Amino acid sequence: MAVDIGLDVVRAVEPDRVHRSVYSDPGIFELEMERIFNKVWTYVGHESQVPNVGDYWTVQIGRQPMVMVRHADRSVHVLYNRCPHRGAMLYGDRCGNVGKGIICSYHSWQFDTDGSCKAIPLDKGYQGTRLTPGDDNTNIKAAARVGSYRGFVFASLSADGPSLVDWLGPAKVAFDDMCDRAPEGEVEVVPTCFRVIQQSNWKIFLENQLDSLHPAVTHESTGRAAGEVEEEISRKGGHAPLSYHFLSAFATPITKWDAFQTLGYPRGHCILTGYMGLRPRDPDTLAYEKVMEKAYGKQRMEEILGVNIHHVLLYPGLSVQSPLQQLRAVRPLGVDRTLTEIWHFRLKGAPEAIYRRALGYYNLVNSPSTMVNADDLWNFWKCHKGLESEGGDWVSFHRNAGQDHETKEVTTSVIGTSEQPMRNQFKAWTQYMNGAH
Amino acid sequence: MARKARTARKSVARKGAAGKAAPRKRMAATATAAAKASNGHDTLREVEQLLYRQAECLDGKRWQDFIELFASDGTYWMPAAPEQTTGEGVPSIFWEDRDLMTVRLKRLTHPRAWSQRTAWGTNHVIGNVTIEREDARSGDLVVRSRFHMMEFRNDTTRHFAGSYVHHLKRTRDGHRIRLQRVDMVNAQGPYEYVLQAWV
Repeated sequence: MAVDIGLDVVRAVEPDRVHRSVYSDPGIFELEMERIFNKVWTYVGHESQVPNVGDYWTVQIGRQPMVMVRHADRSVHVLYNRCPHRGAMLYGDRCGNVGKGIICSYHSWQFDTDGSCKAIPLDKGYQGTRLTPGDDNTNIKAAARVGSYRGFVFASLSADGPSLVDWLGPAKVAFDDMCDRAPEGEVEVVPTCFRVIQQSNWKIFLENQLDSLHPAVTHESTGRAAGEVEEEISRKGGHAPLSYHFLSAFATPITKWDAFQTLGYPRGHCILTGYMGLRPRDPDTLAYEKVMEKAYGKQRMEEILGVNIHHVLLYPGLSVQSPLQQLRAVRPLGVDRTLTEIWHFRLKGAPEAIYRRALGYYNLVNSPSTMVNADDLWNFWKCHKGLESEGGDWVSFHRNAGQDHETKEVTTSVIGTSEQPMRNQFKAWTQYMNGAH
Repeated sequence: MARKARTARKSVARKGAAGKAAPRKRMAATATAAAKASNGHDTLREVEQLLYRQAECLDGKRWQDFIELFASDGTYWMPAAPEQTTGEGVPSIFWEDRDLMTVRLKRLTHPRAWSQRTAWGTNHVIGNVTIEREDARSGDLVVRSRFHMMEFRNDTTRHFAGSYVHHLKRTRDGHRIRLQRVDMVNAQGPYEYVLQAWV
């Protein structure tokens, strides 16, 4: 007999397994929107996406359409993309500049870029009503909290909860690692956003980000294909660009993945340590190291370039690949549909060749023509379909269960292929679903 | 001796004019092609046949034949944004030379390319073929066309449509693609799943 847990999220999660309904039940998805996505800090965008006063980008937080906009005093505001009059969405496109102000296309209500109402046409008609000009409810509602860490803007729809820095905790290394690798200490967005939709629950993507048991299986075809061509190029006396190595590294044999490490932090954040060998001794890297040494001094440069990260996962909505300056923001669209928005960045002050390296990865691994995620997305869809079925009730996270080394700050895995990151994510999931901030 | 030297000088002069050296015989052939091109039809027909052949390679999943339509230094490019003028140093959806195309081919045909394990096929229709530029001496061409591609995969239909610009180079074996630019009208939208093969 199938185990039906209904919406009982306490029963859904056990230390080493979770009930399939947390992936497939639309009711639980609605609870997640309310208890997780409406509370946590959600990545909105990078400050350099809105360099000029009035620049805006639209974005979704949980189910809410929002707009990030640069105000006259240079501060970045995150507003509900909704006119307070009759509720029309203010911006239906992705980005632009508000020009003289935010103007609703329906009845021409006008707002400043901090959301405050500037003008209401024929405003006498509203005097003495519950929408009287000057009242706070004539302003565009703003996200409860907005925070920025090293140029990366987050917003929370809840007034309560930890500060952005506290919420990030040790996982803020995602942004420190990326920005420190820039000789000028900051990054700038490349204004291309690839959007790819996965026909699966959002958690399947997050789990896969830290799953080092899958690359050798899922990506064997691409890894081997790239490896063969890489060899062929060398045989002809050429030198394959590092992009080939990015792809061929996916075919690292399954037995070797145990050597890597995963680190689990509070609130579900996790790190997978690096495996792509991103400090080669080629002339481009050496030239870059010279610039870095000049900016930071030798010792600090060694510290910065010695940080060994592949992915940092900021639960529940962001995967950052700091040494290659890219990130994927996860926007759940429904219980079985998830959008990823994929961005990459330039290291300010670094030589062009270092950007080209990141670009190679962006084009080959993260663009819509990806030869890597093609097989991931196929798996995600199949996982989701399997979890909708009644062929079993539980999803297993048994691998190395009971062997995690847990302290207050960090949970470490005994081996790289441990399912510790998934257990850590579900610990956070349970806390949020039980009401924690 | 004197005669040889004169030929050499002539060939240098030609190189200057046409931008590249070509053996005498081929120059003559090119001149004939150019003459034909001036009344249009033969070159246009030849180019249309090439575009149709390319579409057939994709729809027939004859990946190696597709790659061989490209010159040895040929590039297949799908820009990330319509205003881009080169794929060099900017994000692209595809920016592949023949080596990267070979990686894609080897992946598509690998027995454990898991996402290939579902029925899929495409249908390309090419039209509005116009010759935008023609170098009378070299026979090199810039050709613009429009395409509509329907894909059926995993019981789902997707449509991709847009324009091709083929930069073609005349070789002994007919035209080869030096650069194919693919601008899809729906390139900027969210992708339901990804693009596993060239469009």
